[in-house]
Amino acid sequence: MKISYDARGLAEPHARAPETAVIEGEGAGRRAVFDAADLSTRQINLELRRLVYAEGITDVTIRNPGAKHSVAVGILARCRITIDGSLGYFGCGLIDGPEIRVTGRVGWSVAENMMSGVLLIEKNAGSLTAAALRGGDVVVRGDVGARTGIDQKGGTILVGGDAGLLTGFMMQRGRQIICGNVGSGLGDSMYDGAIYVGGKIASLGVDCVEAELTAADDEFLARKLRIYGMHPNVTFRKFVCGQKLWNYDNLEPAERKLVL
Amino acid sequence: MCGIAGIIHRDGTSTPGDIGNEMTKMLQAMKHRGPDSSGFALYGPPDDMLVMRIKLADPNETRDYGWSDRLERHRNEIEARLAKLGAVIDAVRGDQEYSFRVRFRYTGELKPLADYVEDVPGCEVLSLGHSLEIVKDLSDAESVAERYRLAGFTGTHAIGHVRMATESDVDISGAHPYWAYPFSDIAVVHNGQLTNYHQWKRRLERIGHRFQSECDSEIIAVYLAQKMDDGLTLETAMKQSLDELDGVFTYLVVTGDELGVAKDEMAAKPLVLYESPELVALASEEVAIRAVIGHEIDTYDPYERQVLVWHR
Repeated sequence: MKISYDARGLAEPHARAPETAVIEGEGAGRRAVFDAADLSTRQINLELRRLVYAEGITDVTIRNPGAKHSVAVGILARCRITIDGSLGYFGCGLIDGPEIRVTGRVGWSVAENMMSGVLLIEKNAGSLTAAALRGGDVVVRGDVGARTGIDQKGGTILVGGDAGLLTGFMMQRGRQIICGNVGSGLGDSMYDGAIYVGGKIASLGVDCVEAELTAADDEFLARKLRIYGMHPNVTFRKFVCGQKLWNYDNLEPAERKLVL
Repeated sequence: MCGIAGIIHRDGTSTPGDIGNEMTKMLQAMKHRGPDSSGFALYGPPDDMLVMRIKLADPNETRDYGWSDRLERHRNEIEARLAKLGAVIDAVRGDQEYSFRVRFRYTGELKPLADYVEDVPGCEVLSLGHSLEIVKDLSDAESVAERYRLAGFTGTHAIGHVRMATESDVDISGAHPYWAYPFSDIAVVHNGQLTNYHQWKRRLERIGHRFQSECDSEIIAVYLAQKMDDGLTLETAMKQSLDELDGVFTYLVVTGDELGVAKDEMAAKPLVLYESPELVALASEEVAIRAVIGHEIDTYDPYERQVLVWHR
C-alpha cells in the first residue's frame, strides 16, 4: 500500500477543486460542508476557495482535516469557517477577514501574518502561534508552545492555558493575554505592545518590565475575555518594553551590547 | 529538517504490536521531511539469543567487477570470526547483497566481538542486542520496509527516522537510528544539530569508543549509554544531556524496555505527542501519528527542556 498523500501539497500543480461539498439552504443563508479525509492539502484549499469565492457561501465546514498542513491559508473574504478536527503546521496563515473555529488542536505557525478576523482554537496550539500577527484575534483555549506571537505587529492573542518560552519575542505592537503560566524569557527584546499574564512567570526576557495595570487595561481585559466566554480566576499583571534597547540612532553594535 | 517517530505498546510484552507496519506508515507520512534515507530501530520479543545487523558496503558506492564476490567473502569471514570468538550461529539472513542479519548464542563481552567483526574491511555493525534490530537504507520508508521485509515485524516499541542530510553524506553510515556501540539494545534518532559534537566525540573516543560516521547524532547514543553504564538511569542521563549537549535537538532514545524523548532549551525542533492507556506515539508531525491511529485524538507538544520516559 503506497501512501500518495503529499503533506506539502506541492506535487499537484494541475489539481482542481473536487466539488464534493454539500450545499444547504437558500440565498445568503447557504451553508456548505465537505469531508477532507481523502483530499490533499491543495484539493481542500481549492474546494474552500471555490465555495467562498466562486459560490459566495459565507458558512463552510471542513470535516476530518486529519492534521494536514497549510489548510485554509490566504482566505481574504468575510466568512465563517469551521474546521472540525485538528490542523498540522501553517494552518490559517495570511487570512484577512474570516472567522475560523478549529475544534481540535493546531500545530506550529498557525495564523502566521494574519491580517484581520478571528481564529478560535478549542484545544492546544504548537509553537510560533500567530507569528507576525498584524490584526484580528487569535484565541487558543488550551496551551501554546514556544515563541507565541513572535514579531507580532498588531491584533490580540488570547491563551486560556499556559505558554512556553520566549512568549512575545520581538513583538512590535498588539496585545497578548495569557491566562496561565509562561515559560522563561517573557517578552524578550519586545519593541512595544503589552503582554498580560494571569499565572506564574518563569523569567522575564531582555528589556521586558512590569507595568502598572490601569483602569483602561482592566476594561480591555474584561471586554476581550467576555467576548470568548473566558472567565479565568486570576489577577493579571502587565508587561511592556523597558525601552532600554530603543537605540534608534547610530550606535555601533559593540556599544549597543553594553546596554544588554 | 529530518523527521523522527516513536511508538511504544505499554502491554507489548503480552500482546506484541505491529511495529514494523506502524513505523513504516509513520515514516512514510513524513517522507517530505527527509527523502534521503529511512531508518528503523525495532524491538522484537526479548530473547536470550543476540541479533546483529551488519552492513558490508554502502549501496551507492562504486561497484567494480569483484564487488559481489568480495562481499560474499566478507560475509563468510564475519561468520568465521563470530564462531572463532565462541558464538554459536543460529540463523543468517541476507535481505540485501550489502547487508545481513545474524542471530547467535553468545555470552561474552560485546565490544571485542563487535570490534572483531568491524575489522573486516567496509563492514559496520548497525545494531547488536537481544531484541533491538536496526534497519536503515537509502530512499523512503516503504521502499526500505519492502526491501528488508519489515511487514511482519511485531514487538514492543520502535523508533524511526527520515533523513534530510545536512551535516554529512547521504549513505547508510549517515542514516539514523544509531546504535550505542558497543552497549546492547540502545539506539537513538535525532532531529537537529549539535554544536559541541567534536568535543564529545573526542571525550568519548578517549575512553575507548569508536565512531563510524561524521554524523553529530551518533554521539548521543554512545553518550547516553556510557552514562547508563556508569550507573545512571536513562531519565537522569537524558536530563544531564540538556546541559551537556549544545545545539538544537529533539531526540528519541530506546533501550530494551524504555522509550524516552528530550527537547533542548530553545524548543527549536517540533514534536507532537499522543498518549493512551495502550500506547504512546510521538512524531515530528501529527500526520504521522494519525497514520497509525484511526480515531480522533488529542495531542500536545512537550515544552523546552522536557524529558519524558515510558516503559513497555
